[in-house]
Amino acid sequence: MPQYTTYQPKPYRPRMSAYWYLDQWNYLRYAMRESSSFFVAYFAAITLLQIAALDRGPTAYAHFQQLMRCPVVLVLNALALAFILLHAVTWFLLVPRVALRQMLGRPTPNVIASVPNFMVWFGATVIVALFILRVI
Amino acid sequence: MADTIILEVQRFHPESDTEPSYQSFEVPLRDDWMVLDALNHIKDQLDGSLAFRWSCRMGICGSCGMMINGVPKLTCETLLMEYAPGPVRVGPLNHFPVIKDLVVEMDDFMAKLQKVRPWIVRKDDFKPEREYIQSPAQMETYHQFSLCINCTLCYAACPVSGLDSNFIGPAAIALAHRYNLDSRDQGIEDRLDIVSQHEGIWDCTVVGECSTVCPKGVDPSLAIQQYKLTATKEWFKSFLLPRGKN
Repeated sequence: MPQYTTYQPKPYRPRMSAYWYLDQWNYLRYAMRESSSFFVAYFAAITLLQIAALDRGPTAYAHFQQLMRCPVVLVLNALALAFILLHAVTWFLLVPRVALRQMLGRPTPNVIASVPNFMVWFGATVIVALFILRVI
Repeated sequence: MADTIILEVQRFHPESDTEPSYQSFEVPLRDDWMVLDALNHIKDQLDGSLAFRWSCRMGICGSCGMMINGVPKLTCETLLMEYAPGPVRVGPLNHFPVIKDLVVEMDDFMAKLQKVRPWIVRKDDFKPEREYIQSPAQMETYHQFSLCINCTLCYAACPVSGLDSNFIGPAAIALAHRYNLDSRDQGIEDRLDIVSQHEGIWDCTVVGECSTVCPKGVDPSLAIQQYKLTATKEWFKSFLLPRGKN
């Protein structure tokens, strides 16, 4: 008498690589967008340190400026600026996915949700630049 | 151009293998062949033991989804010629348990799909004597989400699905959203209880690849973000008007 057993398949359960974000450019771009938040926090901390240095007086502020001129900090700030730009652009482009889906009963074109953010950003940049250049 | 192309196909036999391996097959390279045609050529002419799913051959049934050179695609809609001169690597959909060769286990997806109640839910004693009238504008709100064919390419493209097996996933949430938007439906609160949990919409980190790979032009990522907005509004409403529903 042949002996039969119930077929019990053992499916292969693949495990995701720890480096999955290197598999495709789109995943890497996503990982860069998410990690850009660290640089947002870094710039926020730098700004707080700058305000604290201003509060402590001219000597402390001169020391802060000297620290900012250090080559390592310059490179770090340039890298942070690149990531901040990536952060702003990618998130502004994602705004249409959640905001202003309908206006006057019709679907809103993506451009109407995105462009005002870019315009406000550009305007704020111009005002800050005018302050730095002492035009205002 | 060569008249053949190499297909590297993932093989896995559950009774003898502990992990998958790749086997190369040389197949004819024809202008009008899809990747599915090449797989059928292998099955018919070269190795009858190769296991894979397919049915309609016209992008409707959603059963022939596989990873082609690392990208989830319907093999019946993917021209072999696009990958010339090759080789082309064909594997089972990512993030699913592999039963055999290119066949994956869909049980988990089916359970998640059923959980979000993707059908019209009525709370009243609704016994229509004629068809329910729905305007074109009302239909337009959910139409694109109703095109989902449950091919699960979006799950294979979503890294969150791979990292967190509890994540309800793009297609199930998009279908829940489709019924929420339907003017005939009254099940939004039931679905919200399930979908607004952490392993629902809040697990999504807007990678966006689910929408990129969808063969029917559905935008699950958009559905999830809209759902987040709805859930937030409902939370505020319940916070400000805790007895408002009664």
